[in-house]
Amino acid sequence: MSQFPLISVMTFLPLLGVVLLFFVPKQSHSVHRMLAMLVTLATFVISLPVATGFQSNAEFQFVERVPWIAAGPFQMNYHVGIDGISIWLVMLTTFIMPIAILSTWTAVEEKVKEYMICLLLLEVGMLGAFVSLDLFLFYIFWEVMLIPMYFIIGIWGGKNKIYAAVKFFIYTMVGSLLMLVALVTLYFKAGGGDFNLLRFYEVGLDPATQTWMFLAFALAFAIKVPMFPLHTWLPDAHTEAPTAGSVILAAVLLKMGTYGFVRFAMPLFPDATAKFTPLFAVLSVIGIIYAALVAMVQEDVKKLVAYSSVAHLGYVMLGVFALNLQGLSGGMLQMLNHGVSTGALFLIVGFIYERRHTRLITDFGGLAKQMPVFATIFMIVTLSSIGLPGTNGFVGEFLVLLGSFESELRWYAVIGTSGVILAAVYMLWMFQRVMFGELNNPKNQTLSDLNAREIGLMLPLLFLIFYMGVYPTPFIEKMSPSLEKLIVHVKSRQTAKAQIPQMPVPQAMPAVIMPPAESK
Amino acid sequence: METIAIPAINLAPIMPEVILSIFGMALLLVNVFVPSEQKAYLGYLSLGGILITAMTVLSGWNAPVSGFSGAVLQDNFAVFFKCIFLLSGGLTVLISDHYFKREECNVGELYPLLLFATVGMMLMASGTDLMTIFLGLEVLSVSLYVLAGLNRANLKSNEAGLKYFLLGAFSTGFLLYGMALTYGATGTTRVVKIAEYIAQNGVVAKNPMFFIGMLLMAVGFSFKIAAAPFHMWTPDVYEGAPTPMTAFMSAGPKAAGFAAFMRVILIAFPALKADWSALLWILAVLTMTIGNLIALNQDNIKRMLAYSSIAHAGYALVGFTAGNPEGTAGILFYMLSYAFMNIGAFAIIVLVGKKGEENNNVSDYAGFATKHPVLALAMAIFLFSLAGMPPTAGFIGKFYLFSGAIKAGYIWLAIIGVLNSAASVYYYLRVMVYMYMKNPVEEFDWMKLSAPVALCITISVVGVLVPGVMPAYLLELAQKAVLL
Repeated sequence: MSQFPLISVMTFLPLLGVVLLFFVPKQSHSVHRMLAMLVTLATFVISLPVATGFQSNAEFQFVERVPWIAAGPFQMNYHVGIDGISIWLVMLTTFIMPIAILSTWTAVEEKVKEYMICLLLLEVGMLGAFVSLDLFLFYIFWEVMLIPMYFIIGIWGGKNKIYAAVKFFIYTMVGSLLMLVALVTLYFKAGGGDFNLLRFYEVGLDPATQTWMFLAFALAFAIKVPMFPLHTWLPDAHTEAPTAGSVILAAVLLKMGTYGFVRFAMPLFPDATAKFTPLFAVLSVIGIIYAALVAMVQEDVKKLVAYSSVAHLGYVMLGVFALNLQGLSGGMLQMLNHGVSTGALFLIVGFIYERRHTRLITDFGGLAKQMPVFATIFMIVTLSSIGLPGTNGFVGEFLVLLGSFESELRWYAVIGTSGVILAAVYMLWMFQRVMFGELNNPKNQTLSDLNAREIGLMLPLLFLIFYMGVYPTPFIEKMSPSLEKLIVHVKSRQTAKAQIPQMPVPQAMPAVIMPPAESK
Repeated sequence: METIAIPAINLAPIMPEVILSIFGMALLLVNVFVPSEQKAYLGYLSLGGILITAMTVLSGWNAPVSGFSGAVLQDNFAVFFKCIFLLSGGLTVLISDHYFKREECNVGELYPLLLFATVGMMLMASGTDLMTIFLGLEVLSVSLYVLAGLNRANLKSNEAGLKYFLLGAFSTGFLLYGMALTYGATGTTRVVKIAEYIAQNGVVAKNPMFFIGMLLMAVGFSFKIAAAPFHMWTPDVYEGAPTPMTAFMSAGPKAAGFAAFMRVILIAFPALKADWSALLWILAVLTMTIGNLIALNQDNIKRMLAYSSIAHAGYALVGFTAGNPEGTAGILFYMLSYAFMNIGAFAIIVLVGKKGEENNNVSDYAGFATKHPVLALAMAIFLFSLAGMPPTAGFIGKFYLFSGAIKAGYIWLAIIGVLNSAASVYYYLRVMVYMYMKNPVEEFDWMKLSAPVALCITISVVGVLVPGVMPAYLLELAQKAVLL
């Protein structure tokens, strides 16, 4: 491997920041902030050639592979690479990190050094998980992410931080440990060797084994997504986490779950995927509707946004399980959109929270008069979150619904569409209550509008909202070949298995849930 | 009367034990002349002894020597375990002086006793005769009974010593009875010969006497490794014993118990694999679950770690149940990692504790991170390793143990194991919650860090993190040291 190890440098650069931070005295908070900012910016800059140099084909690119553990029966490699599925998630991570750090410039005043260390470690974990092509390596990064996030919520969080942090940790841990068992089982079923993910793709497992292994993987990912009914940790974690924590949680960490489905659960266990598609479609739709309904009655803006996350990720899952190009690319795109829009929403919540130290909707009203710039930005982000045409949210949602209409999940898409309406209701209603009406609360009458730093950190997000809304082609172009390959892979293996008299009907849709095809 | 042929005596296979015993005896003598406030010198001397012994042990790697007509065998398996024992002994010595000065109980016997206990453990690891193993066990146990009750002024320590003695003696009875029955059935106490005898006379395996013999030995060993339901002594003894001794007991003797247990079961009874696998399966599940569940609501951190150490014995039993190279190598790797992470954690408990075993509650750690960020970080690393989070040695160890079980087809056992790990996270996180997320209740200004303790913590952190990130080398060694 003579080429420059771009991926490794990008992944581990934040670690350098951690090391440097150790040597900065405890009190020099501004140095901590600057240093973390510079390191994450540098990581972003280094990740740019990854995006530009990425060829639009289905191959893994920038691959690095070095033997790591070769003792005894197991062989683990340090094996990383990027394809169309991971590239934008990697970019989203490196892009959102400097923004997240900039957002806590004044919000976190205590233990800034430790805070920045946690954020940087988190970035290493996230990037590592997205680029790992070795299952064992992936698992390590996947678990490592938990620790800094746990501290971010638990140390710098709100009133109920400890409860939220522990809940977050234990929920995720339970899921991922079962995944570990399935992962090792998969390894032995594949006849040993190394933990190369691409090799595991080719292992043909019998459907019965696939079933429970898929469930173990899916549980880990579904908790992370989070899918109904495993979502209860999310509102707690989101509400208690400091702004940067919420932003990263929403923008990147939740994508780990959906990414896990696309990268691992579905291609590794195609038959089980077919078998469980109805289940996951049902759960996604329940997630969309239920979370929207719950969001509607929230009194806390941040909780409302948190529940809207659950609903949005329901769309992603629906698109992913539609398992056609529109659905999948819609799902992938929606992952990015959610990262941008909901990330931005959490930043906005952070802005008003920093000013008023409350997030209750009833404490606000008429802010638009006092903070016109803020109101404009808020409006744009709200509309993008609803999926207004011309913003990023629209493209993703549209593709997801299109994809699922064209797949077996047609009827789920019909129900899911109503979620779009509900989203408009709760978001606009919230916006109206916060921004319009009488400015009668005296505390709100003295609020200052956004400062240059705050506008500055919103600008890249606003830019992306419109750019992806108007011209999503470059994003879709780079991901399509990989997604196509994935679909072919999963589908071909399903039909290959369907000939085995394991499943009597090639289509694994139980008639109970799916109305007969003629009825449309 | 039949004459007993006395074999030619070759000291080579027991050279490390001899050296360490000589050091121990010498220390006993020196102890008399050292004034009580300078007992630290005894510590340095014993460290020297441990280092020299360690070098002798290491020279035996890949050069197995057997002696005393097959009653002792120093193979890689023994060498690996001996390193664990010497390491636990050494780390314990490092934290002992600090503790006993604080408790104003400067007893010099501590160091020779530690060395003798280590000698006992080493004999257990290289014993290939039931009698040798028993001998080693007794040398270890008698020293431990005294060490547990070493803090004479402290009632709890007295209780610990007495309780340990009574229950330990009881368990020894089981073990010895089991050995006697096995001897009665096979006519030999040599581990290899037992297996040979079964292979030649297949019917013996069905002999109830023989089976009960194995069962009773398993019970005896289960006492020693604190496997449920024979774990009852652990929490009281661990809580009452002087903290450095608790650290020592949870790492060294437990590993020694596993060494002897494995040697006997794996070598002597391969014919009964189905039986002992089933037995160990139940033991593992009980041990993990009971240990973890009770640890969940412990307020005293020593008690919590005592119950957690029961759970950890359970994880090791998972690898044992598998009975394959992955599982056994996993036990070796895990025992070594456990020595680092547990003694490291106890080193911090020694630092935080106050005279009279005070300040040992989890809530006493409130705000620890604010005052001592580096120590808190070290503690967090140990706890994460105990919880089995990557990138620590604890994770790699558990990975090996559980994958051994998965490979052998014990998937349910592995699932119960990981669910237990997940449950255990809760009580480790509790300490972390107090350290990092609660406001300080007390000023930790009085806390002083002494050089040996700092050294112990540093070694432990390195021992947890380096194999966690680069486990290849250590795994390879563990792989070469397995019995199968």
